[in-house]
Amino acid sequence: MSDLTKLKIAEARNLLGKGELSARELTEAHVKAVEASTPLNAYVAVTADQAITMADAADAKIKAGNINGMTGIPVGIKDLFATKGVHTQACSHILDGFKPEYESTVTQKLWDDGAIMLGKLNMDEFAMGSSNETSYYGPVKNPWRRGTTDTVPGGSSGGSVAAVAGFAAMGATASDTGGSIRQPASFTGTFGIKPTYGRCSRYGMVAFASSLDQAGVITRDVRDGAIMLASISGFDPKDSTSVDLAVPNFEAAITGDIRGMKIGIPAEYRQDGMPSEIEALWQKGIGWLKDAGAEIVDISLPHTKYALATYYIVAPAEASSNLARYDGVRYGLRVTPENGSLDAMYDATRAAGFGDEVKRRIMIGTYVLSAGYYDAYYLKAQKVRQLISNDFKSAFEKVDAILTPTAPSAAFAPGEKTDDPLSMYLNDVFTVPASLAGLPGSSVPAGLDANGLPLGLQILGKPWDEETVFKVSGVIEEAAGFTATPSVWWR
Amino acid sequence: MSNIDKATVAKIARLARIKIEDQKLAPLAGELNQILNWVEQLDEVNTDNVAPMASVVDAKLRWRSDEITDGDKQESVLKNAPKAEYGFFAVPKVIE
Amino acid sequence: MSKYIIQGAKDDFEVVIGLEVHAQVISNSKLFSGASTEFGAEPNSQVSLVDAAMPGMLPTINAECVRQAVRTGLAIGAEINKYSVFDRKNYFYADLPQGYQISQFKHPIVGEGTVVLDMGDNKTKDVGVERIHLEQDAGKSMHDQHPQYTYVDLNRSGVALMEIVSKPDMTSPEEAGAYLTKLRTILRYIGTCDGNMEQGSMRADVNVSVRRAGEPLGTRCEIKNVNSIRFVRQAVEVEARRQVDIIEAGGKIDQETRLFDPVKGETRSMRSKEEAHDYRYFPDPDLLPLEFDDAFVEAARASLPELPDEKKARLVKALGLNDYTASVLVAEKETAVYFENILEALTSKTGKDAAALAVKASNWVTGDLFGALNKAGKTIEDSPVSAEQGAELLALIEDGTISGRIAKDVFEIMFETGKGAGVIVEEKGLKQVSDTGEIEKIIDAVIAANPEQLAQYRAGRDKLIGFFVGQVMKETGGKANPGMVNQLLKPKLDG
Repeated sequence: MSDLTKLKIAEARNLLGKGELSARELTEAHVKAVEASTPLNAYVAVTADQAITMADAADAKIKAGNINGMTGIPVGIKDLFATKGVHTQACSHILDGFKPEYESTVTQKLWDDGAIMLGKLNMDEFAMGSSNETSYYGPVKNPWRRGTTDTVPGGSSGGSVAAVAGFAAMGATASDTGGSIRQPASFTGTFGIKPTYGRCSRYGMVAFASSLDQAGVITRDVRDGAIMLASISGFDPKDSTSVDLAVPNFEAAITGDIRGMKIGIPAEYRQDGMPSEIEALWQKGIGWLKDAGAEIVDISLPHTKYALATYYIVAPAEASSNLARYDGVRYGLRVTPENGSLDAMYDATRAAGFGDEVKRRIMIGTYVLSAGYYDAYYLKAQKVRQLISNDFKSAFEKVDAILTPTAPSAAFAPGEKTDDPLSMYLNDVFTVPASLAGLPGSSVPAGLDANGLPLGLQILGKPWDEETVFKVSGVIEEAAGFTATPSVWWR
Repeated sequence: MSNIDKATVAKIARLARIKIEDQKLAPLAGELNQILNWVEQLDEVNTDNVAPMASVVDAKLRWRSDEITDGDKQESVLKNAPKAEYGFFAVPKVIE
Repeated sequence: MSKYIIQGAKDDFEVVIGLEVHAQVISNSKLFSGASTEFGAEPNSQVSLVDAAMPGMLPTINAECVRQAVRTGLAIGAEINKYSVFDRKNYFYADLPQGYQISQFKHPIVGEGTVVLDMGDNKTKDVGVERIHLEQDAGKSMHDQHPQYTYVDLNRSGVALMEIVSKPDMTSPEEAGAYLTKLRTILRYIGTCDGNMEQGSMRADVNVSVRRAGEPLGTRCEIKNVNSIRFVRQAVEVEARRQVDIIEAGGKIDQETRLFDPVKGETRSMRSKEEAHDYRYFPDPDLLPLEFDDAFVEAARASLPELPDEKKARLVKALGLNDYTASVLVAEKETAVYFENILEALTSKTGKDAAALAVKASNWVTGDLFGALNKAGKTIEDSPVSAEQGAELLALIEDGTISGRIAKDVFEIMFETGKGAGVIVEEKGLKQVSDTGEIEKIIDAVIAANPEQLAQYRAGRDKLIGFFVGQVMKETGGKANPGMVNQLLKPKLDG
């Protein structure tokens, strides 16, 4: 296998710019790597021919001196971004055969910059899951194993992290609703960032929970994350929640200089029963930042413990409504019982098209919005959500960024948590609060646990201040010196 | 304490248009109760005088100008339809 | 107007009516997408991927629809809410692509206002408007095109509607009809809805309940989608009667949705559709709250034309029209425009004061013109005689060129041929005879030819003067100036 798949985006950019590497070569190497990655089940659709065509176009662009950060870079696309004429099903059976007639803004921006699509990446069905075990296309395997035991890649962006960690894409788009970028990044030793809500357009992104969904990226290091996030960010008039602000130069923010910066350590994230390895890693992270000249400030986010419960009301409520459009009328799966009425068609189509977790969340969401329960559940949750957001606001009056662990554990084995929805939900305990508040957050690989599995640290920033997130992420990355890679067992 | 019974699960399933087999109603009721009882911890939080979060971004709704910029794409609209005839979507007959 | 009472077998009942009117907003594109709102296109051709609820498609709001809703609110003196919220109303139907309708529930854009009804005899009645909110229309399902399938056309899906909700302030079918009529007039004046009920641009859900005098409000039934003013009146009548019959038979009214069948003249339950409705409203997370400032409201206010009530008051006060005629002229925007145009043209042609001409012009419009239009089955918009042409005709009467009698004949020809009044008068030689000598000659001849009538007149039968006038007019083919004939005839008859 060619070493080309081990290149970082920034490295490839240099070689491409100097003419020492062509997009075609780079892409061909990756197409092969994608084929070889089948045991990971990271890809649900491969667009090899399209990739070669796009690579040639990128080479022409480069030759014309028209190159930017993503030109000629082969990437994978999470299956919930609409890609014109290409499989787009959010890994749900209900979107069976759906090929959109439109392109999502996020992917269009990548193609406009000359990036190359390798294929569509596996994910939890409609992004509902934390282990990529709810996909209609089967679970994704984490390139990192616990000895010879498989582990899950985290979720919902399981395909994105597996492809990037498994050298089957230089970067991948991902989406984060309650932690779906950061938690899988932590499980796979990759860098993941979810920007401020409103930074990336949601146009053409299959919706899970509209007030929480935000696109982001998975890459192998912080700099690559800055390059790729810059490409997909920016105002889009087609999304009413997209905000008209200029996109800063994220890459330039990675200076390594955090002297005098105030880093908040929230007391409430120190939870009973937290594995000692997680606690130890967090302390290490605190030490690295202190060593780099930052001031560590104890802060309080008093409503943290209610974030998960809030999330598991708000997200299913929005989802129950967002997923009502999958009704067998205009696209996707249709199941009609013999002589069935329209209603029978709805019931049968949705019963066959949605998996158990999606059904569970639709049911919860329907219930919490229903007559007589709205105030007790949904309205209450939106009030608590406001309190959670206020907590962050007060904290950010005192600090520039917040450091926490990304996930309460390293990657676990498949099936370990599928029987108990609540224990699965607890995976998002550290990531959900920032999602509720719409804040930017990253996960940086920072160490390995006793089993040799990666662990990440989470950096949260103020709204629209991804630059600080990148700056602090860069310092953690540098100090951690995380160079481990999974042993390649799948090729 | 949430106490969803089988009939309530059936009612929710009906609202959500998801057919659930009779034998699955009871287990599903159990799961939903477990989740709802857990989220009811929010009752501990005092939210008197707290306005529910109205939007995540601190911005006003943008307006677009009243121009025809879209449409005239019947083929695209119908392209993925499980059944379309004469320019219409076709669905099992609705009995009024 | 006397009180509307339904006489039951034992007691008298009153009816209480409230209307929810759905009015299609006049705009080029849809409420949340850039597709056209035009009526009658090929199926699914005026549909964007947003309207078809493709995965990942998002709504963006049309500024004009916001402005139109605000203008409508201002036209009924309503409270304008500078902060409002779009909610999702969730239910499944084949022509509701998203599985929810974007509407406004808790915080509508327009609050309380008033519609003033003309009840005749200078009497008015205020009907309260509870709220106006913006929402999306659904598509259209056709159940009769195929034996196994229902066909769905999404052209209307996403078109902006204003839902105008009245208070239960109406107490007779006539009031319900008058309310809808007045509302339609206002919307058409300000150009926020074309009021075309046949095409469904305006339709009403009618809430009806009955009670014995002095009792609290009864249980109401909602009659859905009534699509003409006449049907609203009929639906109220039959529904109120149905409810009274049930109550008098010892029964109870179920709160339900019903459908009016104009052919059978009855309402019937739509309970099948009602089953398990629970709309699960919640704020649409794809949209932010809708906000605007006072300047926006003031600009909308400045864009309003003279409203029907204002116009009517002006016609009565400044132009001296009577209340009834003024009401007739302002009832339709096109009539009012026609009248104002004819009056303006007539004023400039004759140099006379508008107040001196208004009654004549209004009589001609509501008399001759309406009569001819009615007979021909035409509306004032497609009148073959323009306001300018009408003014030319009336100007010829004013300056004495033709008599009122001749004018009727000229108008008939104008209406048939579209020719101008002056041309017709010229061609047919219809100019009025005002030459004293010529008229005197004819008068002498008529007196000479009718000695018997002359004798009777002189014997005291004064009324016979009319006979002589008629004879003179007949001799001149109606062209003699009638004033002059009267003036010259009397001394000659008196001898």
